Amino acid sequence: MEISSKKKEAYFTATQMQLVSTRFFSNRSARIAGSVLLFMIIISIFSGFLSPYDPTIAGRDKEYENGSPQMPMFWDENGFSLRPFIHTKTKYRGADTNFRWIYKIDTEKRRYLQFFVKGWEYKYFAYNINLPGKNLDFRIPGLTFDRHLFGVDTGGIHLFGTDKAGKDLFGRTLSAIYISLAVGTLGVFISFVLSLIIGGVAGYYGGWIDGVCQMFTDAVRTIPPVPLFMCLSAFAPNTWSSELRFFFIACLLGFISWPTLARRVRTHLLTERSQEYILAAQLCGASSTHIIIRHLLPSFTSYIIVDLVISFPYMLLSETALSFIGLGLREPVNSLGVLLQNATKADVLLNYQWYFLPVLFLIILILSFVFVGDGLRDAADPHKNK
Amino acid sequence: MSMNALLDIKNLSVQFDTDEGRILAVHNISLSLNAGEVLGIVGESGSGKSVTAKSIMQLNPDNTHYDETGEIIIDNENVLRFTSKEDLKKIRGGKVSMIFQEPMASFAPAIKIGKQMVEQLLLHKSINKEEAQSISIDMLKRVGIADADKRFNQYAFELSGGMRQRAMIAMALSTMPKLLLADEPTTALDVTIQAQVINLMKDIIAEYKMGVMFITHDLGVIAQTADNVAVMYLGNIVESGPVKEIIKNPKHPYTQGLIDALPDIDNLDASLKPVPGSIPSPLERPPGCVFHTRCKIYEEGLCNNEEPQLKSFSSNHKVACLKVDSNE
Amino acid sequence: MNDKMSKALVSVKNVSVEFDYQDNFLSRKQKIQAVKNVNLSIKKGSFVGLVGESGSGKTTLGRAILVANKITEGQVIFHDEEKDYDLGSISKKELKEYRKLSQLIFQDPYAALSPRMTVRDILAEPLEVMKITKTRAETDDRVREIASKCRLNLEHLRRFPHAFSGGQRQRISIARALVSNPKFIVADESVAALDVSIQADILNLLKSLQKDLDLTYLFISHDLSVVAHICDEVAVMYLGRIVEHAPTRELFSNPKHPYTKALLSSIPSIDPEKQNKAIELKGEIPSSMNPPSGCVFHTRCNYANENCKKTIPQLEILNKKNHQTACLRINEI
Repeated sequence: MEISSKKKEAYFTATQMQLVSTRFFSNRSARIAGSVLLFMIIISIFSGFLSPYDPTIAGRDKEYENGSPQMPMFWDENGFSLRPFIHTKTKYRGADTNFRWIYKIDTEKRRYLQFFVKGWEYKYFAYNINLPGKNLDFRIPGLTFDRHLFGVDTGGIHLFGTDKAGKDLFGRTLSAIYISLAVGTLGVFISFVLSLIIGGVAGYYGGWIDGVCQMFTDAVRTIPPVPLFMCLSAFAPNTWSSELRFFFIACLLGFISWPTLARRVRTHLLTERSQEYILAAQLCGASSTHIIIRHLLPSFTSYIIVDLVISFPYMLLSETALSFIGLGLREPVNSLGVLLQNATKADVLLNYQWYFLPVLFLIILILSFVFVGDGLRDAADPHKNK
Repeated sequence: MSMNALLDIKNLSVQFDTDEGRILAVHNISLSLNAGEVLGIVGESGSGKSVTAKSIMQLNPDNTHYDETGEIIIDNENVLRFTSKEDLKKIRGGKVSMIFQEPMASFAPAIKIGKQMVEQLLLHKSINKEEAQSISIDMLKRVGIADADKRFNQYAFELSGGMRQRAMIAMALSTMPKLLLADEPTTALDVTIQAQVINLMKDIIAEYKMGVMFITHDLGVIAQTADNVAVMYLGNIVESGPVKEIIKNPKHPYTQGLIDALPDIDNLDASLKPVPGSIPSPLERPPGCVFHTRCKIYEEGLCNNEEPQLKSFSSNHKVACLKVDSNE
Repeated sequence: MNDKMSKALVSVKNVSVEFDYQDNFLSRKQKIQAVKNVNLSIKKGSFVGLVGESGSGKTTLGRAILVANKITEGQVIFHDEEKDYDLGSISKKELKEYRKLSQLIFQDPYAALSPRMTVRDILAEPLEVMKITKTRAETDDRVREIASKCRLNLEHLRRFPHAFSGGQRQRISIARALVSNPKFIVADESVAALDVSIQADILNLLKSLQKDLDLTYLFISHDLSVVAHICDEVAVMYLGRIVEHAPTRELFSNPKHPYTKALLSSIPSIDPEKQNKAIELKGEIPSSMNPPSGCVFHTRCNYANENCKKTIPQLEILNKKNHQTACLRINEI
C-alpha cells in the first residue's frame, strides 16, 4: 500500500486541529450524526419560516382542535398532481362511533399547497426584557419577516396535527427545538465560564488552593439537582416575562452543572502543566503568561470542545425534565419538555398519538449530540502518537 | 525443529488494521523452543517481538489479523485457531504464562496480590482455597520475597519495583506452566535489581525445566540467560541460532551493527558505531530485504528486489541475507 | 587543587535538596531527602557522568543546578567568564542571564516537544522568550544554523513532532537546548528512551557538539556502559549522596566503593564466556523519606560494621588519580 509523498508531507505538516478534523470526518457515525445535528440546528433557526402557523396561542386553528396530522399528497382517486395537496378532514363523534372521534375525509375537494406564502409575523433579534425595577426594561425591535415556506388558501395544513387548543404541532416542535437548543447553549456557556474559573484556578495553582476548590466543587455536586431546582424555581415570580424566565432557567442549569466540567478542566490543566515541554519553556525563562497562552490554552482547547459538546445532552435532558414537571419553562414559551408535558395524559395514547412526535425529535437531537461528542473525543485522543 | 518441541511457530504473519491501512507487524516467521530451553528474541522498536509473544496467548487487540497459513503449535494443538473460552483458558495461565515489563500492569491495584494469585491458581487447577494459598506463599518465598506471609496480604503499590516484578514471576509460575513468555521483564528495573531477577530466573528455569521465551532489546541480558537467540527486524527474523555462535560470529549486517553499536565496558577506547539511518515506519516497508535501506553491504538490484529467506549457515545458525553464502 | 578549582565551571558545595511530601491536603507533611551534602566540581570543557539507580537523587541534583529545584542547603556557584552566579540565591534578573548559559536535554523525546508547534517554532521559542534575536530573519538564521549542526533536515523544519522518529526528536531536543548558545548542558537520561542502534548516533552527536561549541556536560544516566564511553569522569550516587567520583577509566578498572563494585558487576556482559555472577546486594533501596543512619549504604553492604551505622563517611581522595570515595572501611576492604 503505497502512500503518495504528497499525502505524507500533508500528514507531517498538519496541525493538531487538522489531524483531529480529518479523523473526525473519517468516522462514519460521527459524520452522519454531525449532519443530522446540523440539519436540526438549521431547521430550528428557520422555524419561523418553515411553520405556516404561529406556534403560540395566537395562531391556533379553532376549527381543527386535536386534529391528526395532515400529510401532503401527490395522488388520490382523482389522479396524479404535480402540486402537493391535502384533503379536508372533519371530526365527527356520535353514538354510532361509540363516542370516539373519527375523521371524515372530504376527498372531493383538493386544497393545493402554496409556497412562499405570507402569513404570521416572526421576528429575529427582538428582545423585550423586564428586569425588576422600572428603569431596567429594554427592548430591541429586531427584524420582522412574514414569508413562510408553504401554506394553504383555505382551512389549515397541520403536518404534525394540532393539540387541544388547535395549535399547530409542527411549528411548535420546530420552535421547541430552537428554544431547547438556546437554553442548552446558554446553560453550557455559563457552566463553562464558571468551571473555567474554578477548575482553572485549582489546576493551575495546585496545593491548598486546589484542595479548597475541590472541596467546594464536590460540595456543590452532592446537592441533588431536582430539589434544588424546585427551590430556586419557586423564587422566580410569575410576573417575569417569558424571556426573563428563559434566562433564569438557563442560569440555573449552568450553575448546577459546572462541577463536572470544572473537574475536567482541572484534570486537563494538571496533566498539561506537568508535561516536559512546559518545563522546557520554563527553563528558558518563559513567563506564566507566555506558557498559558502559547502552550496551555491550545492544548486545552481541543479537550474542552469535546467536553462542552458532551455536556450538551445532559443540559438538554435537564431542561426537558424540568419543564416536563412544570418547573422549567412554561407556556407560552415552549421547549421540548413543555411539549412532552402535554403527552402525559391517558387519552393521548389512545386518541392523539401525534403528540409523541416531539419525543422522536428529542431523542434524535440528543443521540446526535452524543455521537458527535463521541466522535470528537475519539478524534482528539492521541491514540497513536508514536 | 524436533518433533518434541514445546513450542513450534510456523509461518506466522500478523497484520493490524489501522486508520492508515493494513500494517504488517510480523512477516512469515518460524521458531521452535524445547522444554528447559531459553530462547531469546532480540529486536528494537517495530521489530514485532512483543506481537509474536502476544500472538501465542492471543493477547493482541481486536484489529489483529492472523494469516491463514500461520500455525502456533503447543502440545500438538494449533493454538492460533482457538476461539472458545475453554480452549483459550488452557493456554492463558494454564500451559503458558506471561510476565510483562511493567509489573503494575499485571496486578490489579485495588486487590491484594495474594487474592489475585489464589484466584489465578483456582482457575487453572482443581485445588481448594487453602492449598492455593499455601502454594502461593511458597512461590513468593521461592522468588526471594522476605516476609512472604505479610506480603501476601499487601497491595501491589506497597511493594517496591523489584519486589513487584518478583511477585509477578511468582504468580506466573505458580500454575506450573510449560512455557513462560517474558516480555522485557527487567527493562524497567534498576541494574542491581535486574541482576537479582535474572539470577532468580535462571535458577527457576533450571529447577522447573520449563521453556522460556525471553524478549528484550538488551543483548547483554540475552547473552547471560539464553541458549538460543532470534534477531528480529521490522517483523522478520534476520538471524537465529545458539547465543554463543551468534555473538561471536554474527553474519547478518543488522546483527553485526547491533553488536557494534553496543558500548562495551571492557573496551573503552572503541568508538561507538551506530547503525546508520533509522527504522522505517511499518507503513513504508522497504521492498525486497527489509534491512537494505540501512545495510552497509547493500547491492543495488539484488537487495531491493528479492526477499531473503532464512537459510542455514552452519548447523543451527540461520541467516536471512542474500549476500551470505548458505550451506544449503 | 586550586588550579583545578579556578577552571571549574560549576561548583557544588555541601548541597542538600529536600522536598515536602504530603499524601493529601490533610495528612502529615513528610520530608524527602533527595540530595544530601553533595560536593562536586565540574570543570570547564569536561564531560561529567552522574550515575545512580532510582532514588539516587541524580536527576534532582541536575535540576537543582539548573534552578528548576530549590536548593535547601549549601551553595551552587556557576563561574561564568565575567561573573559568578550564586544559584541558591539568584535574583530574577540574574536568573534570566543564567538561563542563556545552561540548558537541559530531556529524557523522553515524545513528551519534551509540544505537539502543537512546528519544529521551527520549537527551536525559535527560546530565542524569542530570552530575546536573543531581534528580527524574525535573525531567528530563522539561527534556527537553521543549529538545526544543521544537529544534522536535522532543513526542509523538515515546518513539520510537527509527530512526523519524526524517537532519535530525530531527540535531536530536535538537543537543538533546542543549544539554540541559545549555552555553555553548560545537563543531559538527563537523554539516550535512555532510544533504541540501541540510535543511542550511539546521539552520543556521537553530543561528543562532536562538545568540540564544536565548547560545551561542558553533566550527563545523568543509569546506564554505566553508555557513561563509560562518553564521559571523562564519573560520579556515582546512592540515596542522595556521592559515594565515588573518579576519572572514567580509573573508576571502571579500579572501583573502590562496595556499591560501585556491585553496580559494575551487575552489568550483563555481552560476552557469553563471561558468565560472571553479579555481586548480590542484600535487600532493597531504602526510602528517601527514611534514610538509614550513618553510611546510607550500610543496610545492603556486605562489609558493613557497627561503625558504619553511626558515622557518615565523607568523600576522600584516595590516590594521585583524583579518585575520591566515601567509605569508612575503604582501607580494610
